[in-house]
Amino acid sequence: MLVALGACAVVAIVLAAEVGASAVKRSLVGWRVRVASGRVEDIAAYDPGRERRAEQRARELLRSCVGDDDWAMYRDLGFLRVWGRAGSGMRAGHGVAPYAYLIYPHKPIVAYVPRSARLLSEYCVAFPDGERPYGSSRLPASDDVLAKWMALTGDEQRLIENANLHLAGRQLDPHAVRADIAALDRWERERLQRERRDAGSVPAP
Amino acid sequence: MRLLRMKPGHGEVLIAEGDIEIAEQEQELIAAFRAQLEQGMWAAVPVVAPDGRRQAELVRAFDEVPRDAERVIFFPRAAGGC
Repeated sequence: MLVALGACAVVAIVLAAEVGASAVKRSLVGWRVRVASGRVEDIAAYDPGRERRAEQRARELLRSCVGDDDWAMYRDLGFLRVWGRAGSGMRAGHGVAPYAYLIYPHKPIVAYVPRSARLLSEYCVAFPDGERPYGSSRLPASDDVLAKWMALTGDEQRLIENANLHLAGRQLDPHAVRADIAALDRWERERLQRERRDAGSVPAP
Repeated sequence: MRLLRMKPGHGEVLIAEGDIEIAEQEQELIAAFRAQLEQGMWAAVPVVAPDGRRQAELVRAFDEVPRDAERVIFFPRAAGGC
């Protein structure tokens, strides 16, 4: 009698487990379908032509705001350098600011010491648009750079307070950043030499 | 004066445009300015410093915008990322 009852109990447990597993399996499949359909919608909303046009407009806006030198820097090197507030009034060739920032599109802002190329810290900051037009909260790359530039030159303290501070090297490869700093030095030297050469040259009759 | 807003997938979008010296248009600009701040935007005015350097001024109210500013650019407020 006890053996029969035990066997019945085992069968009941196995059946319950089977039914439960099926229900879990069904809900998992449903979740996967929902997730997958969400991805399909995101992909459908992504239009490379629209993104390209948006980036082109963003580049024009950036160019109109930052001036010729900084625009050339961004166009040639892919990033902008902004002097720290303590270096206000100093420019390349006229003195070295105590610290400066490198602004990359959709990457952390890097603070460094121009005199030694020592990396100080990374400031992770984003400008997410809650309206998410076309399903994305990300600004075009050049708008992201311009937003960082405006915030840094307009109110450095406010931007830094809103950013997540990390040691240099957490997100960006320090070797790559130092290579960028070296490239910036070369770029500025060559530009200065070109300007001097052009200023000293006598136009052909 | 033109009020522009950065938008994902768009680049900048014209929010409002008007002559600040015409009272009616100034009121429209003020209303549009406030609406953007209420949506959580930051507002910046690109300017040229006395030494010729380009920079921006972040403004928190319409009366902080220089009267001769040609444009105010709105962008989503900064948030810690990465």
